[in-house]
Amino acid sequence: MYTEKVMKHFKEPKNFGEIEDADGVGEVGNPKCGDMMYCYIKVRKNIIEDIKIKTFGCVSAIATSSMMTEMAKGMTLEEAEKLTRDEVAEALEGLPPIKMHCSNLAVDALHRAILDYKNKSKSKEK
Amino acid sequence: MPGERKMIYLDNGATTKVDERVLDEMIPYFTEHYGNPSSIYSFSKKPRQAIEKARKIISGKLNANPDEIILTSGGSETDNLALRGAAIYAKNNGKTHIITTVIEHHAILNTCRALEKEGFSVTYLKVDNEGFINLDELEKAIRDDTFLVSIMHANNEIGTIQDISAIGKLCRGKRVYFHTDAVQSFTKVPIDVVEMNIDMLSIASHKIHGPKGVGALYLRKGVRIANLITGGSQENNRRAGTENVPGIAGFGKAVELAKPEHIEKMIKLRDYMIKQIEDSIPDAKLNGPRQKRLCNNINIGFRYIEGEGILMSLDMEGICVSTGSACSSKSLDPSHVLMSLGLKHEEVHGSIRFTISRFTEKEEIDFTVEKLKGIIEHLRKLSPLTPR
Repeated sequence: MYTEKVMKHFKEPKNFGEIEDADGVGEVGNPKCGDMMYCYIKVRKNIIEDIKIKTFGCVSAIATSSMMTEMAKGMTLEEAEKLTRDEVAEALEGLPPIKMHCSNLAVDALHRAILDYKNKSKSKEK
Repeated sequence: MPGERKMIYLDNGATTKVDERVLDEMIPYFTEHYGNPSSIYSFSKKPRQAIEKARKIISGKLNANPDEIILTSGGSETDNLALRGAAIYAKNNGKTHIITTVIEHHAILNTCRALEKEGFSVTYLKVDNEGFINLDELEKAIRDDTFLVSIMHANNEIGTIQDISAIGKLCRGKRVYFHTDAVQSFTKVPIDVVEMNIDMLSIASHKIHGPKGVGALYLRKGVRIANLITGGSQENNRRAGTENVPGIAGFGKAVELAKPEHIEKMIKLRDYMIKQIEDSIPDAKLNGPRQKRLCNNINIGFRYIEGEGILMSLDMEGICVSTGSACSSKSLDPSHVLMSLGLKHEEVHGSIRFTISRFTEKEEIDFTVEKLKGIIEHLRKLSPLTPR
């Protein structure tokens, strides 16, 4: 049911963990629905210099988390904001239709981390 | 590398390997004695005898009479026949209420839901945190228009064995029919339909090292139900269709091969596996009871992680298991059985069912637990829920 690419990312997930002094943190999902993600970003000169993620969820949730972080790393904030779940799913050579929700979450976690970073920057300016 | 190592099959609750001796029993009925059992020439005598031999073995195991066994295509058809057959008959007599439980197999639950749409009312009894029903609640639920109580013998997910003797006695006293889905328990828990006051009972061949596509309904003499499959006069006019002769012969052989000492062997191995997991993996909790538990069922909730990941990781090691997690089901619904025990969603998501068979070896359990330790540790490192 899963592509080889999905299984590869599930087996050896990239960028898992936390960033202690993260510039932005995004949290999505809840354990009730079976998926939960924490995304941490480090931003330098408007570029996502480092990204880490922690995921509670199925094979697809772990694989999309890994894929999303690989894609987002090195992107400008604007580019990362435009990253979509379809792009993540495509990069994994497809997901079972019922699992599209999981990839949605990984991208949402990233977008929330960026929002968190922006909010923090604003309050610093003030 | 995958394919090189022997596969370890720990999903015997889903289906089982056909015993070689069962297969040997079946083969002649494909190419040699292939006559239609209903034909009257002598060529059809052998297949006819094969069916009656199997019927005798099956009925003997239940302490029933051979003519109380209706052979079917499996567990789901049998459950449908019992419920719908009884329902059609009861409706003609003005009775429309069924009592069942929230932890039944979908063959019962979805049939009950369908019957509700057809005008029947159904009471779904709740269970305690180990999956047992309350006998007083059952008694209170029985009404004047109740015609059937259907309560499974042993649960397929958590192995809870209901006290069907007490349920049978209560139903007989109240003059309500008692059906039990014994698909998981047959040959694994002793059953005596007379002693236990059972009116109808469902069993299936492929759960006991017999072939798929064969099952049977025990229908106590005197109990009236309507036919579901109409046509020829097979099965004493109760289930039409040319008999699956090789399958039925195999089913009979499978029953004959099931021995009480297999139960003892499985209980020891089951308890050994539970202990190994509990001793070596933190925050792993047994779902279901420790006593009155099916001899081949182990169901463990691993906290902070999700079951599909565990299942797929075990699969990469050549180990087959199942999970109650929503993420692995086509519907994305978590196990209705585990939810009904009062577990939290995240506890249900991380649950894995291991079901052993009489062929399971201790070495296979040791290998599985060893791999499991690493898998659980790895997945917990990825999860934000794991306490630091």
